[in-house]
Amino acid sequence: MGIKWDEFFITGDPLILGAQISIALTMIGIVFGLTYLKKWNWLWTEWITTVDHKRIGIMYIISAVLMFFRGGVDGLLMKAQTSRPEMEFLSSQHYNEIFTTHGVIMILFMAMPFLIGLMNVVVPLQIGARDVAFPQLNALSFWLFFSGAMLFNISFVIGGSPDAGWTSYFPLAGKEFSPSIANNYYAIALQIAGIGTLMTGINFIVTILKMRTKGMTLMRMPMFTWTTLITSVIIIAAFPIFTVALALMTFDRLFGTHFFTVSGGGMDMLWANLFWLWGHPEVYIVALPAFGIFSEVIATFSRKSLFGYKSMVYAIVGIALLSMLVWVHHFYTMGSGPAVNSFFSITTMLIAVPTGIKMFNWLFTMRKGRIKMTTAMLWSLAFVPCFTIGGVTGVMLAMGAADYQYHNTLFLVAHFHYVLIPGVVFAVFAGLYYWWPKMFGHLLNEKLGKWHFWLFVIGFNVTFMPMFFLGLSGAARRTYTFSAESGFAPLFLLSAMGSIVLAAGFAVFCYNIYWSLRYADRNISSDPWDARTLEWATATPVQHYNFAKLPEVKSLDAFWFMKKNNEGLTLKDSEIEEIHMPSNSGQPFIMCVLFGISGFFLVFEWSIAAAVAALGIFAGLIYRSFDYNDGYHIPVDEVRETELSWRNKKGEAHKHVS
Amino acid sequence: MSANVNTSLPLEYQSGQSRMNILGFWIFLGAEIALFATLFGVYAVLSGRYAGGPTHQDIIMIREVMIQTILLLTSSFTCGLAIFEMRRGNKNELIMWLVITLLLGAGFLYMEINEFIHYVHIGASMQTSAFLSSLFVLLGTHGAHVTFGIGWAILVIIQLIKRGLTSVTARKVFIIGLYWHFLDVVWIFIFTFVYLKGLVL
Ligand code: HEM
Ligand SMILES: [Cu+2]
Repeated sequence: MGIKWDEFFITGDPLILGAQISIALTMIGIVFGLTYLKKWNWLWTEWITTVDHKRIGIMYIISAVLMFFRGGVDGLLMKAQTSRPEMEFLSSQHYNEIFTTHGVIMILFMAMPFLIGLMNVVVPLQIGARDVAFPQLNALSFWLFFSGAMLFNISFVIGGSPDAGWTSYFPLAGKEFSPSIANNYYAIALQIAGIGTLMTGINFIVTILKMRTKGMTLMRMPMFTWTTLITSVIIIAAFPIFTVALALMTFDRLFGTHFFTVSGGGMDMLWANLFWLWGHPEVYIVALPAFGIFSEVIATFSRKSLFGYKSMVYAIVGIALLSMLVWVHHFYTMGSGPAVNSFFSITTMLIAVPTGIKMFNWLFTMRKGRIKMTTAMLWSLAFVPCFTIGGVTGVMLAMGAADYQYHNTLFLVAHFHYVLIPGVVFAVFAGLYYWWPKMFGHLLNEKLGKWHFWLFVIGFNVTFMPMFFLGLSGAARRTYTFSAESGFAPLFLLSAMGSIVLAAGFAVFCYNIYWSLRYADRNISSDPWDARTLEWATATPVQHYNFAKLPEVKSLDAFWFMKKNNEGLTLKDSEIEEIHMPSNSGQPFIMCVLFGISGFFLVFEWSIAAAVAALGIFAGLIYRSFDYNDGYHIPVDEVRETELSWRNKKGEAHKHVS
Repeated sequence: MSANVNTSLPLEYQSGQSRMNILGFWIFLGAEIALFATLFGVYAVLSGRYAGGPTHQDIIMIREVMIQTILLLTSSFTCGLAIFEMRRGNKNELIMWLVITLLLGAGFLYMEINEFIHYVHIGASMQTSAFLSSLFVLLGTHGAHVTFGIGWAILVIIQLIKRGLTSVTARKVFIIGLYWHFLDVVWIFIFTFVYLKGLVL
């Protein structure tokens, strides 16, 4: 095995030493805090072993916020490093590590879990179900994501961070050019998280196809549910490609095979093709649910049904199909020739058509609506122009011939931040402000929300707009510094200043969470926004069984019409039945620990130890196979009591009669 | 959720949860198709890259491969018989056919391992060339699936013995059946695109 202990901890860098110490202190602090407050038991029974989709969703969201912080700090460090010419804040190696971890964390450990978290909280409610199809598998999905995320995050203090870009192109990412173990973290941590994502995809497809409540046909599903369904299909089609690509990378790095190597007949561009065969659909995996969120928020606060519902559905299906046919646009410069590049130029530009349809649908939804300017709506409004800038520059990049000019410049970096930040980050913020009461029983503060919004949106534009112009005048991406003669300095400085405003916006957001948790009004109705879909047709925060009586759907925007026609809002004593629910389980968490340990050993190429830990994984699977626990029943009295506690209140549309 | 029972359906489809499990497994198989399709694609790209090492013709042992194929195809047939007996409610026959299926599967696996050992002996290891890397990983992934399937089926057989034929055990057997047939289909592609094509071209 040849353990190299001197490579274990990263030493000699004050920044990292500081991080190591603060991590150790935080961990000690958490352990002491939990022991002191006697919260271990609570943590275990209420959270770690939970199979409740809402709690799993909340855990996803908390992790995603933490990862946003981590990825954001990476972004700020990069901005600090390039704020002046010839800065010596980060070394080139450190810069390489940071843009790599930033990219990976933002996309795989921030954007994905944020959206999957919201899906978990909202989708079962929107379709009128009591849970997802496979609750325990759902917990396992979360814990595998968590395991992967933690494994990836410890890389910067133990062993060294991957440094070959979030795309980890070969031959750079191979053993010949990256001999340290750092890039193993990429291959293995993403693999573990990816398995979790794949299972989430399966879970949501089955949930949506099989667990819709009575009357909810496919064409009556809320748009967020639709986008979740299509996203899950893309996950099933695309993630296995990444699974294979990462496995082959692992083989190349650990076992000396020749898939992507320069020697032995390997083909480095094969990696690029596999990566983007997954990577481009991945962009839509994060974008489509975000579009779903905007659809819900815009319809609710325009107080109108979504315009062009059917065309929205066709548009997302179209985007999903096209997303599989565009991957070569990431490497026109590979030199596949005019025919191939033209083909992929055209497919790429075609995506603008369904996306444009969606844009117009949102605009027409707002037209003549009685718009309420809530924070959630503000994010949706800002999304429209900002995302359009991202989209238009995307069409510019889609032109194969022109791309030879933009390729690998900051123009591209600006473009994808203009797509990902409005398209994903604005969306999850909108979703949080909108659905927060469903999770926690109180609103986020709207006034702080406006501060959050303005700082973030202005900061975002000031940070990334200059990058378009820097890129057009030749500033290459992934370069840690530039000379004064280049003339780039003013725009780089402007961009760095913008990132401070952006960070201030994020800080207000965190403060808002804190403030609202402590002070916000708990006495709100179950439907504070006067909303349209079924997640609002039950208590706020949602009771653990979701619905005492499963709602019946007669049209699109089911809840809106229930309110209008005053149907299905009352619950009679005679209608209450006992409710079957799945039991909690510690198995998913234990699997997370075992995957983490096994993965960690594999990163350090201690194959035997990894294999031993993998035996534990198999033991976990065997245990699960013999586990015949099929849940418990909530007695009628308990249901009645819970329902009485929130129905019949003043201003509450939901009633209980005996 | 456990409600939704429909006794007019075959045993494995009766409960709502079972119907969801079976649909979920079909979707999982969809993901497996994507996974193997990628491996086949990688193989197609790399299979001509011998890097001076052995070629297809140098290593393929067609007689052994034929026997492997027959073993695995037969096991798919016996697996079908197992499900047939399950539908008729014959637990003992079901178990018997499952065991025969697994024995055939184990025979296949034994031969495949021998094949790998043989390759390595004649200097054709995974590290030799891109062609061999892709060959080993494609075959190995399939073989690992078969191994996993055998272990899993043993667990299900134990549950059958302990609990008898219930709607849950029936569903588990049914899902294993789907998995086993799927591996058979993958093998047919391997046989065609790796072995036959390798011999002819
Ligand atoms: C929050 C504020 C953010 C800041 C200040 C920021 C800043 C940056 C910077 C400076 C770079 C590297 C430029 C270079 O190549 O030298 C970068 C790269 C990148 N960013 Fe961000 N970013 C932010 C948010 C995000 C978000 C939300 C996402 C995704 C959802 C994201 C995804 C990426 C990716 C994928 C890369 C490419 C990494 C690579 O080159 O391998 N960023 N970002
Ligand atoms: Cu793309």
